[in-house]
Amino acid sequence: MAEERARGPWGEAWSVFGRNYAALVGLGLLALVAAMVLVGPLVYGVDPFEIVGAPKMGPGIEPDAPFGTDYLGRDVLAGLLKGGRPTLIVGICAALITTIIGITIGSLGGFYGGAVDGALGRVTEFFQVLPALLFAMVLITLFTPSLLTVTLAIGVVAWTGMARLTRAEFLRIKQLEFVRAARSIGASNARIIWRVILPNALPPIIVSATLATGTAILFEAGLSFLGLSDPNVMSWGMMIGSNRNYLREAWWAVTFPGVCIFITVLAISLVGDGLNDAFNPKLRTR
Amino acid sequence: MGFVGWILRRLAWAAGLLLSVAVLNFSLMHMAPGDIVQTIVGEMGGASEETMAQLTKAYGLDRGFLDQLWIYVSRVAQGDLGYSYYFNRPVLGLILDRVPATVLLVFTALAVAIIAGTFLGVMSARYPASWLGALVTITALFGFSAPVFWSGLMLLLLFASVIPILPASGMYDVAQGATGIAYALDVAHHLVLPALTLAIIYLALYSRLARASMIEVLGSDYVRTARAKGLSENKVVFKHALRNAVLPVVTVAGLQFSAMLAGAVLVETVFTWPGMGQLAFESILRRDNQLILGILLLSAVLVIIGNLLTDLAYRFVDPRIRTDG
Repeated sequence: MAEERARGPWGEAWSVFGRNYAALVGLGLLALVAAMVLVGPLVYGVDPFEIVGAPKMGPGIEPDAPFGTDYLGRDVLAGLLKGGRPTLIVGICAALITTIIGITIGSLGGFYGGAVDGALGRVTEFFQVLPALLFAMVLITLFTPSLLTVTLAIGVVAWTGMARLTRAEFLRIKQLEFVRAARSIGASNARIIWRVILPNALPPIIVSATLATGTAILFEAGLSFLGLSDPNVMSWGMMIGSNRNYLREAWWAVTFPGVCIFITVLAISLVGDGLNDAFNPKLRTR
Repeated sequence: MGFVGWILRRLAWAAGLLLSVAVLNFSLMHMAPGDIVQTIVGEMGGASEETMAQLTKAYGLDRGFLDQLWIYVSRVAQGDLGYSYYFNRPVLGLILDRVPATVLLVFTALAVAIIAGTFLGVMSARYPASWLGALVTITALFGFSAPVFWSGLMLLLLFASVIPILPASGMYDVAQGATGIAYALDVAHHLVLPALTLAIIYLALYSRLARASMIEVLGSDYVRTARAKGLSENKVVFKHALRNAVLPVVTVAGLQFSAMLAGAVLVETVFTWPGMGQLAFESILRRDNQLILGILLLSAVLVIIGNLLTDLAYRFVDPRIRTDG
């Protein structure tokens, strides 16, 4: 009820975010990318795998293929519109997986401490020692490349940062007065973890999850650039990978998909930085 | 808890970690559909039942899983990482041959990124209102957002195609067959583009880090004292504040090895740089299991060494850490 009169911390953060131009630009770019990826293929129905004309045709030469054709004669624009979907889906789902694993392991370790923390800390360190990209590549080739295996592989190798962050937040917050108060009125451990500590640990977790989406998108792009993605699904990274040997003759088929990845990740990191500033009261005076 | 005890415990823990890495990777390879015999037979284009049985026996695949695991782990403990069926050579020698190229690439990129990143970060903290701050922000955003393989290809397009001043691929010119200083210069010439590409990612990180820590250090009491006794701003920044501001950059650099290796795989693929990353990629494509296992294990060793060195650096930098061992 108090939140209706005074602005709560979330409302406060939102208003700071709304005054941050870089973050708003990021949000706008993100909306643009989303529209392009979601609506684009519906409006422009060309199959990205179909050969529509002569190979290596420059952009603007043929009205049928405004962004040119690739080394096989496939429409680059069709690839750009359709190729964002797997990248975004894999990026978002993988970031979700890293967040879920990270929160679970970090919160249990930070809350219980002692032997539980020790054991989970070892598991975390074990995954930190594995070379992430190589291990993901191995997982994907061993279990045949598909959207599912790529997502799982990225999620499995990328959660350690989130776990460390959540653990640190839990260690800090569990010392605070209101947690002791909750314990003194007999709240269960599960209730303290989920309803008392976690909501207070959310701001940095949200920022980190946002940035993790950007990292996961770059990860997916790198994997499909190397040819380790579902061969039947067109993606931006795959376009760059398959056209890279024809860089000199058909630069557009390599450049444009990269620009798409760049803009998407840029938009996400601008939003992430904006959220960080909005949640971090120390920086508000600047 | 002396220093020796700390080191010993860390080493024992590292050995345990490596053992679990070896066991996990071996089990994964075992679980995955298909085995080495099928791969070899596939590459040969088919073989008789008899040959397959022979191969199965030669690779020890007729034994139980635990038996195979035990044989693998005890071999690794003796420094034998196995045999690459594709390259027809022992795995360890194969990897060690490729290590220098990757080390050269990664360390050059790191040096460029640390020096340029610190310079950019410090200068933008020194002149807060100048365009340098914007430059750091833009570099950081670009470095974080652009896929490294793509920025590599764009540099390739620019400096090997549009303005052809740099070689596009490889580590040296085979036709030249240069030796001595000429060879070193040739390698350096080939190194420019890959190292620059790899440096961009870290440049982003380090310039941001250097700026943040410089701003913090410039607000501390001892800097105020230095200013109060009438030192010039340059002296304050470069003689008093810089050392403390650089520490986080250097320590973060030590913890980045795993990420660096990932960058190296992609950059080496773009520029056909004959390093470990390219070897890893080939081994994964060829399903050369022993080689993959070896590379994963050696990468883990490198990451552990990097972490250990960073911990050591912390202990020397910050005496408070020493007590809790």
